[in-house]
Amino acid sequence: MSTRRAWLTPFWMGLALVAGFYLAFLVALLVSTATYTTPHQIWEALGTPEIRYSIVLSLITCTASALLAVLLAVPVGYLLSRGRFTGKPLLDAALDIPIVLPPMVVGLCLLIFFQTAAGKLIEHAVPFTYTVAGVVLAQFVIGAAFAVRTMRSVFDHLSSRPEDVAMTLGCSRGQAVWMVTLPAARRGMFAAFSIAWSRSLGEFGPILVFAGATRMKTEVLPTSVFIELSVGRLEAAIAVSLLMVALALVVLVAVRLLGERL
Amino acid sequence: MIHLDSIAWNAGSFCLENVCFTVPVGRYAMLMGRTGCGKTTLLEIICGLRTPRAGQVLIGDSDMTHELPAARGVGYVPQDGALFPTFTVREQIGFALRLRRWPADEITARVAQLTDELGVTHLLNRLPQHLSGGERQRVALGRALAANPKVLLLDEPLSALDDELRDDLAALLKRVQREHGITVLHITHSRAEAATLADVVFRLDDGRVSEVPVTSDKFDGSESLKTPQP
Repeated sequence: MSTRRAWLTPFWMGLALVAGFYLAFLVALLVSTATYTTPHQIWEALGTPEIRYSIVLSLITCTASALLAVLLAVPVGYLLSRGRFTGKPLLDAALDIPIVLPPMVVGLCLLIFFQTAAGKLIEHAVPFTYTVAGVVLAQFVIGAAFAVRTMRSVFDHLSSRPEDVAMTLGCSRGQAVWMVTLPAARRGMFAAFSIAWSRSLGEFGPILVFAGATRMKTEVLPTSVFIELSVGRLEAAIAVSLLMVALALVVLVAVRLLGERL
Repeated sequence: MIHLDSIAWNAGSFCLENVCFTVPVGRYAMLMGRTGCGKTTLLEIICGLRTPRAGQVLIGDSDMTHELPAARGVGYVPQDGALFPTFTVREQIGFALRLRRWPADEITARVAQLTDELGVTHLLNRLPQHLSGGERQRVALGRALAANPKVLLLDEPLSALDDELRDDLAALLKRVQREHGITVLHITHSRAEAATLADVVFRLDDGRVSEVPVTSDKFDGSESLKTPQP
């Protein structure tokens, strides 16, 4: 059977139909949103001081929280992958808590923690509640969980043999990881950063509860959508939503292109 | 010299008990046994990558049982070479020397000497993914030899190679061992390799090691490998 005819079997056609329906639905969502308003209205909405502040704050906080997430995810992912200790399955499950909890609950937990004695002590040094630092923290809590998953998978797929050889050549384990394993894991680290960044960009519930939705202070892009919708400015909400879609697409493309070059 | 005295190790239902054998100084020893019998585990115990439950590991006259791998002065070539994925051939072979803070010109000279000896000079700037199987094994061997180890541990270095490459690399191994005067422990499950390369052969069966006779069909590294007829 020729290659072309092999792909025209009911099996592959059925799969293509399922994928096609889903893709068509996604495209329909985006196209209907984009065509609801005009480019002029979108541009006007994006030019307001509040939205411009929101864009800049989102870019800064997402980048900061993603960097912190990767800084945490590399050692924790390595521990989960290479470590042999009692309680490892429990630790593995516990680190997934931010993924399975409803986002609003994460925000509520953060709010309550910083009302405790320990939390108040921390707040004396660095205020978090209803501040920009609180936005970063809320994004970090969720982004880090995804970054840890990613880095654990990266280290699982990287053979430990080169590390072993490096140790026989004169390295300590720490040196072997730093000099041999981490350079080999850089594509994975970039993927973990991108996943954490994308997740942070869309985070709304924990930020709303813990950092608030104060314009020109703790307002990030998802909060802008919420605020614009709540005051009836649908065009502005659509403009910000389309911007977030564009940013997400840029990140996806960057991960595909840069990830292969690393 | 490599001396294992009453080595014991276990993981789950697998165990090694009372493993004792000695590889004399400057000899080429083979360790044979069925797949999964623990040959690689013994090699890793000698390297210091696994800690035995009991027993002693002596390298030379020094008790290395509880020493870190970095302190044992061994060269280790795993089964697939395990080259560092992001290092060029030059960087792989110079790795141990950079750790020991050799001067740059001495590192360059030593790398040039080894790559010339191993026939990989033309590959200095290549990454591992652009090397063939035989080239990877040669580079892994050069990396292990760079810091002049007293002992060389080889885990089935010839198993993934075709006949011609296997002959070439076997000849190289014997020549290198003779010229550097290194004590070698080479893991194999091939009787042909043992018959043609080994000065002394050990066999691991049911968690215990015993010495077995070497056939008279010896190979001295100065000619192409003669594979004994069955």
